Amino acid sequence: MAIVRKPRGLGGRQPLVRLPRAQNVLNERLRSRINRAPSPLVSRGLPWLSVLLLSLVPFAPIVASAPIMPPLAFMALLAWRMLRPGMLPVWAGAPLGAFDDLYSGQPFGSAVLLWSAAMLVMEIVDVRLRWRGFLQDWALAAALIAGYLVLATLLANATGGRTPLAAILPQLALSLVVHPLVTRGVALLDRLRLVPVSRVRR
Amino acid sequence: MPPPSDRRPGFSRRAQFGIFSGYVAAVLGALVGAILIVIAIVDNGSFAFLRRGADEVAAPVGAAGSVARAGSRGFFQRIGDYFDAADKNAALRREVEIARVQQIRMRALATENHRLKALLGVTDSASPPIATTRMVASTSASTRRFAIIGAGSRQGVEVRMPVRTALGLVGRVLEVGPNTSRVLLVTDSENVVPIRRARDGIAAFSEGQADGRLRLRLINVGVNPLKRGDVFVTSGSGGIYRPGIPVAQVQELTPDGAIARILSDPAASEFVIVDRVFQELPEPPSPAAPAPATAP
Repeated sequence: MAIVRKPRGLGGRQPLVRLPRAQNVLNERLRSRINRAPSPLVSRGLPWLSVLLLSLVPFAPIVASAPIMPPLAFMALLAWRMLRPGMLPVWAGAPLGAFDDLYSGQPFGSAVLLWSAAMLVMEIVDVRLRWRGFLQDWALAAALIAGYLVLATLLANATGGRTPLAAILPQLALSLVVHPLVTRGVALLDRLRLVPVSRVRR
Repeated sequence: MPPPSDRRPGFSRRAQFGIFSGYVAAVLGALVGAILIVIAIVDNGSFAFLRRGADEVAAPVGAAGSVARAGSRGFFQRIGDYFDAADKNAALRREVEIARVQQIRMRALATENHRLKALLGVTDSASPPIATTRMVASTSASTRRFAIIGAGSRQGVEVRMPVRTALGLVGRVLEVGPNTSRVLLVTDSENVVPIRRARDGIAAFSEGQADGRLRLRLINVGVNPLKRGDVFVTSGSGGIYRPGIPVAQVQELTPDGAIARILSDPAASEFVIVDRVFQELPEPPSPAAPAPATAP
């Protein structure tokens, strides 16, 4: 198949001048896009991996002497659950929460319980509501994040801390503002997840 | 956007069972979490072995992070330094001259002190630090304030050892792994440190507040003698911290003490020093409950 273009003013169809090389490049580009499928490992594993990596935020070079960082791993879990219901199974909160508990400083089991509960709440909400929208998702996430932060603080206090609940208000406010950004990030990852890379074999 | 339709699997028994077992697994997960929480409340150190293993695995990530952390801070500071360079230069020159005079006086005092101690027969208990290491992580989202440092039992670190920087106290070791340790920071609300005012020795306790500052409580309640800018150092009672490590500077006054700014922000320090426990108690408490050890 030769590529032709219509030069202005001359009329008629003429073949492209730098044909052989340009044609090869174009063919390569086309060939690299057909007969490809997303890697199953990436497309199924990226949600898990992204939440796990965000659980490692305590190791990041961020100076935080007060609990001001939003619970990014939990927010990413919520965002995945909202964007792609069924992508992460209902029980995903328990293993992901267990990993988060190892590094977050919370008593072990706090995220296992709270993340599982959040996933169940999302299921119930999905059954009840027949329609979803941006503001509604945001409101639901706000309620879940607020509940999560309050309960996490209470659980941390039960094992030795003495933090007044008012101390988490800045963190809560920041989390609610950041939530749409996290959903954008997750949406970006969702597009990356389905980039066709591996050749389809029959 | 309508909700997904894969919730109703039709008449397929297998699909129905899959969804049902998913719910069962999720509820079980929540129950397991609740049980773990109860165990953690009853015995605080019960899952320390899991955290130790996890810290060991992730510590290299944090080491890279701590370099970047210190580097980026320096970068912004460097930009800020250009704004008032001339004023600062003059002020620093003045300060150096004062400091030079004071240094000579200090040297004289030190020799005198040394001589007097020799007269009294007091042995100097200052011992070299156990380890100098990086701070690889600090909790960010939780209200509890822990940090992970890159030295553990192989380097000789033990539970209860004080951790400090050149600027001041950071915390004490809570859990020890082979190459990493978990530090309870001074800013955690569980960490109670016996302190005294550097100037005249008024005794107080410092207690972490959730916002990264410290709450100072005076032992003798009465007219509050504190002023803004007062510096507090460790008093040495309790036996963990040796006396004289700078801790905090008073920022606001409260009826029974003050709110103080921590002198060595644990989250912003790259290198920390692990010291020996100042004086071993005759009966060391179990490592699971080190909190009462800080009380005098």
